[in-house]
Amino acid sequence: MRDVDKRARATRRVFLRGAAAAAPVAAVGSAGLLAADAAWAQAAVNLKPGTMVALAKLARDIFPHDKVPDRFYVAAVRPYDGKAGPDAALRAMLEDGVAKLDTAATERFGVRGGYVALNWERDRLPLIEAITGTPFFQTLRSDLVVSFYNQPELWPRFGYEGSSFEHGGYLERGFNDIDWLPQA
Amino acid sequence: MAKFDLDDDGVVVIVGSGAGGGTLGNELAQKGVKVVVLEAGSRHETSDYINDEWASFAQLAWKDMRTTSGSWRVARDFPNLPAWVVKAVGGSTVHWAGASIRFQEHEFRARTTYGELSGAQLMDWPITLADIAPFYDRAELKMGVGGTHGIARLPGSNNFKVMEAGARKLGYKDITTGNMAINSEPRDGRTSCRQLGFCFQGCKMGAKWSTTYTEIPAGEETGNLEVRPDSMALRIEHDARGKATGVVYADAQGNHHRQRARVVCVAGNSIESPRLLLNSASSMFPDGMANSSGQVGRNYLRHLTASVYAVFEKPVRMYRGTTMAGLVKDESRFDPSRGFVGGYEMETLSLGLPFMAAFLDPGGWGRGFTSALDSYDHMAGMWIVGEDMPQASNRITLDQSAKDQYGLPVAHVHFDDHPNDAAMREHGYRQGSAIYDAVGATRVMHTTAYPSTHNLGTNRMSANARDGVVDRNGKAHDLPNLYVSDGSQFTTGAACNPTLTIVALAIRQAEHLAGRMARGEV
Repeated sequence: MRDVDKRARATRRVFLRGAAAAAPVAAVGSAGLLAADAAWAQAAVNLKPGTMVALAKLARDIFPHDKVPDRFYVAAVRPYDGKAGPDAALRAMLEDGVAKLDTAATERFGVRGGYVALNWERDRLPLIEAITGTPFFQTLRSDLVVSFYNQPELWPRFGYEGSSFEHGGYLERGFNDIDWLPQA
Repeated sequence: MAKFDLDDDGVVVIVGSGAGGGTLGNELAQKGVKVVVLEAGSRHETSDYINDEWASFAQLAWKDMRTTSGSWRVARDFPNLPAWVVKAVGGSTVHWAGASIRFQEHEFRARTTYGELSGAQLMDWPITLADIAPFYDRAELKMGVGGTHGIARLPGSNNFKVMEAGARKLGYKDITTGNMAINSEPRDGRTSCRQLGFCFQGCKMGAKWSTTYTEIPAGEETGNLEVRPDSMALRIEHDARGKATGVVYADAQGNHHRQRARVVCVAGNSIESPRLLLNSASSMFPDGMANSSGQVGRNYLRHLTASVYAVFEKPVRMYRGTTMAGLVKDESRFDPSRGFVGGYEMETLSLGLPFMAAFLDPGGWGRGFTSALDSYDHMAGMWIVGEDMPQASNRITLDQSAKDQYGLPVAHVHFDDHPNDAAMREHGYRQGSAIYDAVGATRVMHTTAYPSTHNLGTNRMSANARDGVVDRNGKAHDLPNLYVSDGSQFTTGAACNPTLTIVALAIRQAEHLAGRMARGEV
């Protein structure tokens, strides 16, 4: 069968250019994007930087794909900062939702630094399960199912090739090349 | 191209340009009848279509507000999107998959065959398979349906081969790549399928039949047909004798116009068509136009609509190639020993990663959900299309509070499963899973209904004016010159995809209507 290369291709995403304008791209890399002091989050205008990081962390907890680097989760939540400018209700919901999550983290585990400071998924999950009925969680989940999965750069990692017309479709590119089925 | 005056009362006005309206318009135009087609959506060429699921959805889908209620999961998962249909010239023939299957003889006689079923408003159609068979022939030739009239079927994709191998192991016999209105070879001025894998996003090859680039331009070439895109029908008007006189519509700027008409044909799909009739209520028709029976909007059908996706050890890459060219027909038979009446088809189905994430388990999150998507390229998938039971309470009504951009009440869609629907769905899930298990699935998933693509039955055909909205020709029982020309005329839904039957009915209706006009009866 014709295989799909799942390795990372482009590495300089738009968000890095925008968010890390002041810092060398190499310094941003892909490490530390979900740390409380992540540089990209400092560029937020309408939401607190800590809120941005928590949203990205939540995005990973809602749709965890271990082989997908953090930058895709960051890209999925970054538009919230822009939307939260004109939309005060959204801003309040996001800030309040993250604040409550931080409070719950502190109350339950006694940590400083709130939700993002819980570095084991097992500890974070009960906090999320407690809020699944809230508009905060439901908005986040239903937005992310589009904003996260609808990143074309992400698709090859799942073996999805996307648009095919410009390649002449799959007629000569493996639409019927399955080779492991038992003979019917 | 023809351009008709708003005051020309000699034209047939058709609301909608899809399988019903687009076909009817062309058939009438070919016979010399003057036709104005009002289409709510815009006009796109094949080159405009987008091989990207969400971008295409934004381009093509009917996104105007609707509301929902009932126990179906769609009301919870997609409360304002009960149906996935198209708002564009060509209607839902832009995004349909191409499956073109005839009703079986007994499916026109559901009440007689299935008997009395508590809670179901079963009724026989006022026409038989023999009545419609010649029009099925003409529809299949028009559309170029593979597997009929010597037209070659499409080749099988990876997704089909998995389903086929499993189905054979289970002992199923009637397994093909289906009867698809997608060219396997160039035909009728259109090229052949290149297995793009984006049938639902508008066929950029133009290999799939769609009224957009077949019926409508053919009708326009006669000089008898005018299509007005971005023209949303608001109400149908009538005179003191109860004859339809024209249609008031809003253009792209929101300006209202009144197109006068000799005949009005409603083909806006099974949610908008009853809505238009209900919004056309008057002192003469207080419960809505053509609604003396009280049946307008009732018996909303949507087919079973369940999917089975399976994960395998090795890759399948189901997204490569034609979306629905795979069909197991064995379960479409009438066999109440299975615990339900009616039958179902199993058809290959695939979604791209973005739609798979949205529809595999709406509301899903966490590792149970994401581990399935991690195996996306190892998935095979099928759709279960089965006959659901007509119920009076499954119904399109006017929402009491929500209004659209024109200030008119939006459609409210209520749906509950009938116990027969639930029993059939469980059977379909079991059999679909068994097919994949038979070829080594490591995980099977039962996926709930998507927003409905097969919307049917809300202006049903009946022999008796008490029992339905239109007669055996699709003419309203209550008005001499009002017709319904889409899937809302279906008395019952049968097990198969509806488009071929909608097209056959439209060809048949054109014969009938042109005859009446020629005889001066209307």
